[in-house]
Amino acid sequence: MAERSITLEVFRYRPDKEQEPTFQSYTVPYREDWVVLDALNYLKDQVDGSLSYRWSCRMGVCGSCGMMVNGTPRLTCAAFLKDYYPGPVRVEPLANFPVERDLIVNLDDFMQKLKSVKPWIVRDQEQPISEGEYRQSPAELANYKQFSMCINCMLCYAACPVYGLEPEFLGPAAIALAHRYNLDSRDQGQSLRKDVVFGHEAIWQCTFVSECSVVCPKDVDPAGAIQQEKVAGALDLVKSVLMPWGSR
Amino acid sequence: MKPYNRPISASWWLSKSSYLLFMLRELTSIFVWAFLIYYLVQLSHLAKGTEKYTAFLERHASFGWILFAVLALVAALYHSITWFNLTPKVLVVRKGEEKIPPALIAGPHYAAWLAISAVIAWIVLRS
Repeated sequence: MAERSITLEVFRYRPDKEQEPTFQSYTVPYREDWVVLDALNYLKDQVDGSLSYRWSCRMGVCGSCGMMVNGTPRLTCAAFLKDYYPGPVRVEPLANFPVERDLIVNLDDFMQKLKSVKPWIVRDQEQPISEGEYRQSPAELANYKQFSMCINCMLCYAACPVYGLEPEFLGPAAIALAHRYNLDSRDQGQSLRKDVVFGHEAIWQCTFVSECSVVCPKDVDPAGAIQQEKVAGALDLVKSVLMPWGSR
Repeated sequence: MKPYNRPISASWWLSKSSYLLFMLRELTSIFVWAFLIYYLVQLSHLAKGTEKYTAFLERHASFGWILFAVLALVAALYHSITWFNLTPKVLVVRKGEEKIPPALIAGPHYAAWLAISAVIAWIVLRS
């Protein structure tokens, strides 16, 4: 039996050669156990070494290989060719981000936003090491664990029409991570995060499309996190009106 | 070298059924807004006395106005149902390590909605 094949329509943008991106069609062998990333690696190794894209772990942990597969943000290491057979499969860089080259997007905007929410445990005063670790019960861990599973793969930003239309929006992953630390019993940094998280370019920009949670490969549910922060933000606003002396 | 910014098409909301359903949910607010205006005008006629109110009702008994009322009802139902279905994402209640099931959050919202609707129906229909 002749070997089966599948066509990949790959987004190409080589800023040193062209002003506008194009699509290039490649035919690759079809294997049931191949994911889109395997097909890209085959192209890179065997057909066209100039193709550029990010990848690392091949097991859905590193968050590097996110791309648009037939218009939907996917980790290409988890997008099986058999789900797209007989094809063609259109592979594009993550939507809503500037494209540096081929399938590689510029993530500087997200990196700045991520840093702005202080995604680490903030303490008013660190206790000395001699006093031991900050202890936490299983229930306290369960409270934030779901939101700690984010791998910064950016699929949620690519799925969010608000981020596409209003790039100043803080966005799903950054807010979900702020929420993760706000829910952590060891953290005392909520008041330091609130100017960013409760600000105009953050939770109130979200119109609850929910597509971020649909595409999340780690079931983080950023849409839920944003709505829960909206409740916290609304309560904070009410408190600041009723008790202006205690809000800061 | 300059990164390439892809333009977003004005029809982005037609590219996916989930985006379309979201836009429909947003559009329901137009019908709710329009019906509220209609309702306020109706109340102002009621305040002017039985004769004016009856004339108002007769003027709005045409097919077009009934269609408008039906569309407003469908829009309000769609908005309410999709909103109640989303409440478990907003309101998370935990019992120890476990979240309580989403149905236990959405359920009471539906129950309260039905109960309040029943009370209003009783008040309106008892005469």
